[in-house]
Amino acid sequence: MSDTFDLIVVGGGPGGYVAALRASQLGMSVALVESTHFGGVCLNWGCIPTKALLRSSEIHHLLHELGTFGLSADNISFDLSKIVGRSRSIARRMGGGIAHLLKKAKVTTFDGRAKLTGRSGEAHQVAITKDGAAVTTIKAPHVILATGARGRQLPGLETDGTLIWGAREAMTPQELPKRLLVIGSGAIGIEFASFYRNMGSEVTIAEVADRILIAEDPEISAAARKAFEKQGMTIITGAKVGPLNKSENEVSTTIESPKGKIDLTVDRVICAVGIVGNVEDLGLEGTKIQVDRTHIVTDGFCRTGEAGIYAIGDVAGAPWLAHKASHEAILCVEKIAGRSPQPLHPLNIPGCTYSRPQIASVGLSEEKAIAAGHKVKVGRFPFIANGKAVAMGETDGLVKTVFDAASGELLGAHMIGAEVTEMIQGYVIARTGELTEAELIETVFPHPTISETMHEATLAAFDGPLHI
Amino acid sequence: MATDILMPALSPTMTEGKLARWLKAEGDTVSAGDVIAEIETDKATMEVEAVDEGILGRILIQEGVEGIPVNTPIAILVEDGEAVPDASSEQAAAAPKAETASAETTPAARAAKAPAEDKGERIFVSPLARRMAHERGIALDALTGSGPNGRILKRDVEKGPAAPKTAPKAAATPVITASEETVRRVPNSTMRKVIARRLTESKTQVPHFYVSIDIELDALLALRSKLNAAAQENSFKISVNDMMIKAVALALKKVPGVNVQFTDAETLHFENVDISMAVSIPDGLITPIIRNADRKSLRDISVEAKDLAKRARAGKLKPEEFQGGTFSVSNMGMFGVRDFAAIINPPQAGILAIASGEKRAVVRGSEIAVATVMTATLSVDHRAVDGALGAEWLNALRDIVQNPYFLVV
Ligand SMILES: Cc1cc2nc3c(=O)[nH]c(=O)nc-3n(C[C@H](O)[C@H](O)[C@H](O)COP(=O)(O)OP(=O)(O)OC[C@H]3O[C@@H](n4cnc5c(N)ncnc54)[C@H](O)[C@@H]3O)c2cc1C
Repeated sequence: MSDTFDLIVVGGGPGGYVAALRASQLGMSVALVESTHFGGVCLNWGCIPTKALLRSSEIHHLLHELGTFGLSADNISFDLSKIVGRSRSIARRMGGGIAHLLKKAKVTTFDGRAKLTGRSGEAHQVAITKDGAAVTTIKAPHVILATGARGRQLPGLETDGTLIWGAREAMTPQELPKRLLVIGSGAIGIEFASFYRNMGSEVTIAEVADRILIAEDPEISAAARKAFEKQGMTIITGAKVGPLNKSENEVSTTIESPKGKIDLTVDRVICAVGIVGNVEDLGLEGTKIQVDRTHIVTDGFCRTGEAGIYAIGDVAGAPWLAHKASHEAILCVEKIAGRSPQPLHPLNIPGCTYSRPQIASVGLSEEKAIAAGHKVKVGRFPFIANGKAVAMGETDGLVKTVFDAASGELLGAHMIGAEVTEMIQGYVIARTGELTEAELIETVFPHPTISETMHEATLAAFDGPLHI
Repeated sequence: MATDILMPALSPTMTEGKLARWLKAEGDTVSAGDVIAEIETDKATMEVEAVDEGILGRILIQEGVEGIPVNTPIAILVEDGEAVPDASSEQAAAAPKAETASAETTPAARAAKAPAEDKGERIFVSPLARRMAHERGIALDALTGSGPNGRILKRDVEKGPAAPKTAPKAAATPVITASEETVRRVPNSTMRKVIARRLTESKTQVPHFYVSIDIELDALLALRSKLNAAAQENSFKISVNDMMIKAVALALKKVPGVNVQFTDAETLHFENVDISMAVSIPDGLITPIIRNADRKSLRDISVEAKDLAKRARAGKLKPEEFQGGTFSVSNMGMFGVRDFAAIINPPQAGILAIASGEKRAVVRGSEIAVATVMTATLSVDHRAVDGALGAEWLNALRDIVQNPYFLVV
């Protein structure tokens, strides 16, 4: 086997494995080095296993709502080990699928940790080790770093694997904590809070900012907070979590907030307070690659400061989302292949939170649009006025659109409610294709669907909605 | 009733063309069969005939507009005494009451009017960019699209027109940065664009290699003089080019491995030998075909080649007269060049570049003699033909040219 390739990809997550597949499609010889598992965090410890858990918890919730639908069942119960088992087996299955795709695409895979070890002529060298022992050294003119990221550890809030959980422990519980504190209210924290609340835990969310889901439009944050509180969660914003005092099987702490001091004792704590890039021990020292606050600095085509070295996905910075990683993979590889891909427009990347209710958005929030100097037209449409949502028993929801008043550009769209993660792509297409309100209004939406709220929220920003 | 005259498809592969010239003016009466306009496609100029009779009511696409998709309305034919509509029936249907709606109040109404600016040329533009350009009074064809497939996006409108309005088609990246006054900008003709595209495609996608050979011409020239002297009353006059076409055709018969075409799945071997001969015409070149050149007499080839060249220069070739061909010959013998290499004309696999015959010193045994020698260079597609085969073919060609009785028996 030759040790020279057209492209070496380091990391087999949704960034790396997609880069390898696309490069192979374009006729390159590709090596993919993965230290742990194909599919990366996304398939093994992120997107997919959490969606499996959330599905179980949604059904659990519905079982308790059966009466609303004229149904009844006795002795509703669950087996947590089976719920977790299902989630793990789905993760395994998806990871296996990736291995198969890579094999079919004739990507040469290496099991080990990769590290840049300088140039040999035009090529970059990558040394591979497994458990500290050297495996081999390979080289290529192009190297894509897709090493991903991990949860941030804050001093005093370090995860310990037993009482204080990171995402991995939180998705493999052996028993359901009766009382749970979730620190951090980004998508990951909120999804775990939602899962455990649906399963019956008492959940408290502590968020240092003055609202939850800080990336979302404030109106959507507020609607989410209201919905979660209605479900019985306690939400503390502007929260400063004091030292975590661990005893044998519980943790107590004091949370300070503008509303005063709260003493809290819980069984488990989930820490979801941000992300740091996996930039260590990659051989970046002595290269022109720049690292800014644990993330590799790249340009619109994912190029680093070092010619021939690229970084994509979580290690290249926010937003830390699988679809962003995969999209960067494609454009980076196409650029290497001499095609003319378009750089990724950050405001065209949708963000989704798969809690109950779901949250999804793309583009600018109303306040950010105004801060950017736009005169805006805002449309809103609530689920309660949508026939399908009422028929489904999913009346808690809102779609909000933000348009530029002068040009009709869709600046942003913000949604909360059932199925919105499946619907947001409609607005993403509108933004990517630079449609205006005219085309959205012109579009025929099928009836009855919850998607009709997207049409109405556009009408609401201009001529006025029909059904309210 | 008013009917639209549509941009015709003049060959099966034609997707767009340029309106070269109107031969009738608005108000002229036309009968079926009248030539009303000339259309320039990638290879030739062709005539558009009227199918119906009537009066040419309105010309929708002016002379000189390029890239008009097939089936675009180019004019409106009306009956005597009938009022002439402003727009084609198609456009009228597309933009109904935009004009009458309380004008300019809603953005949607403003956007609906914008297509009228396009002058018939298809411009890829996002709805948002179209509206913003309209509002800022920027003509779309003054913008350079940076989106997928050159689509004009919001950012392109924000950046504004790339070049002065007088030269809207200027290249996105100027080749030279001299001040505007010292540059004369000549818009590329459809033919220039096609030459650019096809030859770039050939040079970047077809792995060329080149083999040259020196061929002595004295015997061939002597034969040519005798043949032409025998012609009565100038009934024909065979040129060196005619003889070379025949020689090339015979060589392809003798070494058929060069009369091929490469495709990803298979290599096509042709029974027929159809020689494309490069003819330079005012704005570029075109390659009319002498079909079955191996089976035609020199006289037939000569007559046919003259006729094709003449009609090529007049832009009057029919598509089938220049499309196809299994091998090309490019002859620059009349320009006094010593040798040159030609670019393969895809999907063909080979082209022979013929330079000038000149007196050169040649060594025979151990004597130096003077002979008329010509250097011929074969360019071949290495995917289909290997070096040894190319050399074998050139030797066969030399053999035929130096023993020219092959050409007449
Ligand atoms: C709990 C949770 C839920 C999430 N849910 C979602 C969601 O619903 N939707 C969404 O879009 N995103 C979600 N994410 C984020 C998503 O998982 C990441 O954005 C995505 O995995 C990033 O892909 P990546 O390819 O950049 O990196 P990763 O998926 O992290 O993959 C990096 C890979 O590189 C390997 N690696 C690292 N260093 C080396 C080395 N030196 N040599 C060899 N291999 C190496 C690692 O083993 C890993 O497999 C979630 C994350 C978490 C933690």
